[in-house]
Amino acid sequence: MAFNRRKFMIRNASWMLMLVLLLLWEALCVGLQVPEYLFPAPSAVWSAGVARWEPILMHAWQTFFTTLVGFGIAVVVGVVLGVAVGTYPLVYKALYPLLVGFNSIPKVAFVPVLVVWFGIGTVPAILTAFLISFFPVLVNVATGLATLEPELEDVMRSLGASKLDILRKVGLPRALPYFFASLKVAITLAFVGSVISETVASNMGIGYLMMAASSSMDMALVFAGLIVIGVMGVVMYELFAWMEKRFTRWANRGSNSAAI
Amino acid sequence: MAFVTFEQVSLAYEEGGPLAIRDISLSVKKNEFIAVVGPSGCGKSTLMKLVSGLSEPTSGYVYLDGRQVSGPQKCIGMAFQASNLLPWRTTLQNVMLPLEIVQPYRSQMRRQRKVFEEMARALLARVGLAGWEDKYPWELSGGMQQRASICRALIHKPELLMLDEPFGALDAFTREELWCMLQDLWQEQPFTVVLVTHDLREAVFLADTVYVMSKGPGEILVRREVDLPRPRTLEDTYTESFASQVHVLRDHIGAIRQH
Repeated sequence: MAFNRRKFMIRNASWMLMLVLLLLWEALCVGLQVPEYLFPAPSAVWSAGVARWEPILMHAWQTFFTTLVGFGIAVVVGVVLGVAVGTYPLVYKALYPLLVGFNSIPKVAFVPVLVVWFGIGTVPAILTAFLISFFPVLVNVATGLATLEPELEDVMRSLGASKLDILRKVGLPRALPYFFASLKVAITLAFVGSVISETVASNMGIGYLMMAASSSMDMALVFAGLIVIGVMGVVMYELFAWMEKRFTRWANRGSNSAAI
Repeated sequence: MAFVTFEQVSLAYEEGGPLAIRDISLSVKKNEFIAVVGPSGCGKSTLMKLVSGLSEPTSGYVYLDGRQVSGPQKCIGMAFQASNLLPWRTTLQNVMLPLEIVQPYRSQMRRQRKVFEEMARALLARVGLAGWEDKYPWELSGGMQQRASICRALIHKPELLMLDEPFGALDAFTREELWCMLQDLWQEQPFTVVLVTHDLREAVFLADTVYVMSKGPGEILVRREVDLPRPRTLEDTYTESFASQVHVLRDHIGAIRQH
């Protein structure tokens, strides 16, 4: 009995915490009579969201689309560069310091440049999402390939396997868990990138919606926008977490029993 | 006829660096079972890399089947102390890996998959892994993983099997079981074996010829033929003649350690 309750608690912990926080938020706003243009209560956010669902959906779709395109490019570029960096020491030596340097530049700083090149709108948002999210994919794929056990490589080479054989039969399957782990990080970063770009330079997307709403002091709508971004992020994260479990079950053996 | 020949082979991993092995000369007959014993760090594994063409000698020559070794050789089977099975493949798929790489199997894979699968199943059954073919490596015990690893090294019928302390991580009972398994496999369908090991009893039990190596740079100190009749049984390991063979080797190793 006690054990079942514990199991129930663990399974539903995240929902319950969210509920508690929402109630606390509501109580604070109502209790302290915080004005809505500063910090709206969840109920006000909800009603703003319901009342304006059409524009929100339209902008959310724009952000979602932008993010996915940027993320898609990031995955392709990340995998290709990751394979090159992980397979060829020369490429690693040449490219890696450059990439690390590039990755330390805040991507917001790029947005003005992109705007000059491509104008405002969808393109800079896609590119920002791409720029911010390809690095984790690259690093993880490269790590997965570079940490191949030398004995395993010896076994393959003594069979006469070519570099491509080793990559296909051993390297890539072995790097798969690293790859999926990086997707979970990259998708959330991609949302950060597209929303940043939309707030600065766009007339579409959730970022733009929030910017416009805040300049007319419509804080309820700003918060509704924030929550929509959060929900999209969680949904995509869970999707990739599910894929990770589905395709690389061998790498996560026993972790389920450890968690619960 | 000599199958593997070393002519005064030395190797330094870095140019001008210390030698890993020095002036090794030996020859292994076809279908001979040799064991190389010595203290750790004596370059036993270097020897294996040289034969398989994964390293090139700094000086001297290595011949395999009458041809000088240059570049990775095909058709060698290898097994190490760690089984190195691929965790995303079942035991059967792991054993079939070499067939996907080595010719002529590789190009016949698509048409003959069923036949090759039967081959792999038969070999697995032969080492006592029937019923475990579709399990993943982590579901197998250490001894079973090692059996599967040896199957993987043998499935493509290599002429040369190289074993680098393959039983080193196993408990004593499992280890002795696998000695017998290996001997049976070898006697049924002979192939040339180079076994690298720390274990003198293992060397005497399995090998026709035992080479004792010295500590770095590795040199061959003693070559000793083991003329015990085959098939050898675990019972034989407790006989006087077996013990004296081990003893002689033990003395040589002891002499090295006093340096």
